[in-house]
Amino acid sequence: MLNLAREVMVSYAFIERNFNLLKRYLNWEILFFTYSIVNALTIGLIMVERGSSEDVLYLVIGALIWGFLSIMMREVSDAITWERWEGTIEYTFIAPIHRVTHLVGSCLFAILYGLLRTGVVLSIMPLFFGNYVDLSNSNWLTMMCVITISSLSFIGIGLMAAIFPLLSPEKGQAATGILQSILLLISGVYYEIDVLPVWLQPFSKISPATYTLRSIRAAMLDNASIASQKQNLLLLLIIGLITIPFGFYIFHQGEKYAKRVGRLKRSG
Amino acid sequence: MSSDVVVLNQVVKHFYRKKRLPRNRDLSGIQQFASSFKNYKEVVKAVDGISFQVKSGQIYGILGANGSGKSTLIRLISTLLLPDSGQVNVFGYDVVKNSYLVRQMINRVSVEAAFFKRLSAEENLVYTARLYGIPVMEARRKAEHILNKLGFDSKRMHEGMEDLSRGMQQKVAIARALLTSPMLLLLDEPTTGLDPTSKRDVQSFINDVRHQQDTVVLLTTHDMVEAEKLCDQIAIIDNGKIICEGTVKELKLLISQTEVTLEDVFIQLTGKTLSEE
Ligand SMILES: Nc1ncnc2c1ncn2[C@@H]1O[C@H](COP(=O)(O)OP(=O)(O)OP(=O)(O)O)[C@@H](O)[C@H]1O
Ligand SMILES: [Mg+2]
Repeated sequence: MLNLAREVMVSYAFIERNFNLLKRYLNWEILFFTYSIVNALTIGLIMVERGSSEDVLYLVIGALIWGFLSIMMREVSDAITWERWEGTIEYTFIAPIHRVTHLVGSCLFAILYGLLRTGVVLSIMPLFFGNYVDLSNSNWLTMMCVITISSLSFIGIGLMAAIFPLLSPEKGQAATGILQSILLLISGVYYEIDVLPVWLQPFSKISPATYTLRSIRAAMLDNASIASQKQNLLLLLIIGLITIPFGFYIFHQGEKYAKRVGRLKRSG
Repeated sequence: MSSDVVVLNQVVKHFYRKKRLPRNRDLSGIQQFASSFKNYKEVVKAVDGISFQVKSGQIYGILGANGSGKSTLIRLISTLLLPDSGQVNVFGYDVVKNSYLVRQMINRVSVEAAFFKRLSAEENLVYTARLYGIPVMEARRKAEHILNKLGFDSKRMHEGMEDLSRGMQQKVAIARALLTSPMLLLLDEPTTGLDPTSKRDVQSFINDVRHQQDTVVLLTTHDMVEAEKLCDQIAIIDNGKIICEGTVKELKLLISQTEVTLEDVFIQLTGKTLSEE
């Protein structure tokens, strides 16, 4: 049924389009990149001269990984919001493409863009923390492995969040933002989750970001091997395998609902 | 296969509009405050039991005043809205059950040309080409050809859409739809807001398309002259219902034997005058 080569070509439409948009809104991109860099720096600098080298790295990892995961989580939803503002959503929906292909294209862009932005921020860090942070005890392979697997769960969450702007562009953006900030609070991005009130801690346990950050810190600070992190990795994989199909499913339901009540567009 | 390209059978689409009640002076302050949060739903019968057939080789026109349900009808046929009841078939396929197949055969141009505003016409068209699996080089050639025929200066293909006039944008929108070689072309007021020259460009292009490519055209308009010029068959709709259907000649005969314009027919049958035009 699915002609894979064709679907891959079609999904490229979204990647190319989004990179074109990025070029045309370069001033915004400069702002986002600047903000990401400054954010990671200011958070890391809190600990310089106050804590150990590990403490600085602990915070910088939080900023970088959270930045990356946020992009995974937001990008698909933002792409839908964008199309709603421009009014092009009806044209994308009328095209003979499978929704899965459409969403996979958006997710692939999110991954590329997330890697690009995080990579740029990462490359600036040595200028500021070069002789302060010690990476000799870091296991990059484990880190990459954790990032790859955890991306799955965040893409799944992103797909679910994309239903919000489908139903209402303004409210949708707000809803995605709220979801994102709650995850920031509960996932131990800059602290261990045991400092949270006890009633909040169970929520931390269902956030994939919690396991991602734990394993990445273990890899970067304590040279943890992939095998030693297999429990977290397995959990992340399971969360990803649940959230992605579920994300597709509820997006599909949202689309049906929008077409039933006339939410896509009413003027014209 | 029968010659029916589009078949609508008792199609109904209602919308629910939220409506706040007017202030009631008899209520106390708190009651008033509470009642201001209550929304009352009002039913809008946008399409209210419409049936018609469009035959192959036709340009079928739907005439109606503002809010009569034209765009809703077009969206129902183009899978962007799901009908509450009734069936819509395109080339024998149900638009709800076989949405993917139907979408391969159709395209639509709406009143407002929606594009990625900062992207150029070319970038917008390449995006469409990729969605439809058309090789980019071929799409570029085709788009240029169509735009030339529409009187669009192809040098401006590389300017941002937001820098083009409304008429030019509409021409790019038509190129976007034709690029994909649809067997059924849905045109929702394609010439509204265009100057007389652009209007003529677009109209003669629509005529060409029908003759040269065998594309069936379903067109909505509230321009009587346009309908008379282009359409083989016309349905006049009002409040979501078809009030009459036929060729221009038949419609004219319907109200009188003497020389009348299509506009006279419209006004007599709907009791409405047409906006601006
Ligand atoms: N998505 C929607 N949600 C709620 N109401 C809608 C929606 N789309 C259309 N309507 C309502 O349905 C009725 C018919 O609208 P429609 O856009 O189909 O009319 P139209 O004939 O295209 O008008 P126009 O000539 O102004 O374009 C209107 O009362 C409109 O307000
Ligand atoms: Mg309309």
